Amino acid sequence: MSATKHVSGADKGKLLLFALSTCIWCKKTKKLLEALGVDYYYIDVDLVPHDERDEVVAELKSWNPQSSFPTLVINNQKTIIGFNEPQIRTELEK
Amino acid sequence: MNSEADEKTGIQPDEADLLYQRLNREAEATGYHLNPDQEFTLELVRSLLINQQRFGYPACPCRLASGKKDDDLDIVCPCDYRDQDLNDYSTCYCSLYVSDQVLKGQKIAGSIPERRPVRKEPKMQESQAGQNNLSSLPLPVWRCKVCGYLCARENPPGVCPICQAQQERFEKFI
Repeated sequence: MSATKHVSGADKGKLLLFALSTCIWCKKTKKLLEALGVDYYYIDVDLVPHDERDEVVAELKSWNPQSSFPTLVINNQKTIIGFNEPQIRTELEK
Repeated sequence: MNSEADEKTGIQPDEADLLYQRLNREAEATGYHLNPDQEFTLELVRSLLINQQRFGYPACPCRLASGKKDDDLDIVCPCDYRDQDLNDYSTCYCSLYVSDQVLKGQKIAGSIPERRPVRKEPKMQESQAGQNNLSSLPLPVWRCKVCGYLCARENPPGVCPICQAQQERFEKFI
C-alpha cells in the first residue's frame, strides 16, 4: 500500500500499525514503538486518499472487524487493539 | 506551547487555547470534566480543530470520519457514546472527557474499547414511534443523543439546553 510509512529500528518481526494522524492513542503507540527502538510500518488512514481508502480499511477489517485505531498487527498473526502498553511491551521486549 | 502557528495545519496556538477554555467552561457548567492532563487535552483540542478545518465539524480525532456529515453525526464531539463510556470506563473514547474519579486522581484514563456499531443501527425509534401507544401524546418527545435530555415539543430545540449539542443530534424518542 502506497500510504505505508517506515520507521527503522531493531527487527522484532513485521510490525504494521493502522493509525490516524489526529488520534492521541495512535501517537502514544508510535512513541512507544520508537522508544522501544523497533522497526515498524504505519499507515495514517485519515491521510489516505479516498479512492485508496476502501482497500486499506478492508485490510484493517480483516485484522480488527471493528476497524478501530490504533491496531497493531504483528507478523501477520497477532493483533493488539488500542494503546495497550503492557501488551505491546510483552510482545516486543521478548 | 509554540508561539507560532503550526506549520502543517496553520492552527494558531491561541485558537487551541481558546477552544480548550470554552470546552472546559462548558464541561464544568454541565457536570462533565475535561481530562486534567492539560498537555494531552490540548493535543486533542488541536486535533478537533484540524478535523473542523478538514470536514467543517469537529469529528472525534480517534475515529475515522467519512467526511459526510450525516454519516459522522454520531462521532461529532461530544459523541453519542461519551456518556456510556464515562459510566463504564471513566473516560470517553479519546479521553477528552473523564469522570469525577479520574479528575480526583482515583482512576487513570486509558485506551478503551470502541462501542460505535460497525454498521450504523437502523433508526428504530423513528419507525417504532408511530406504533407506540404513547403516540396519542399531544406532543412528540425529543431525545438528545449526546446527553439524554428529553423534551416534549413540536420540534427539538436549536441547541440542547443541557449539553449544548446542536439540533441535528436530537432523535424523535416517543
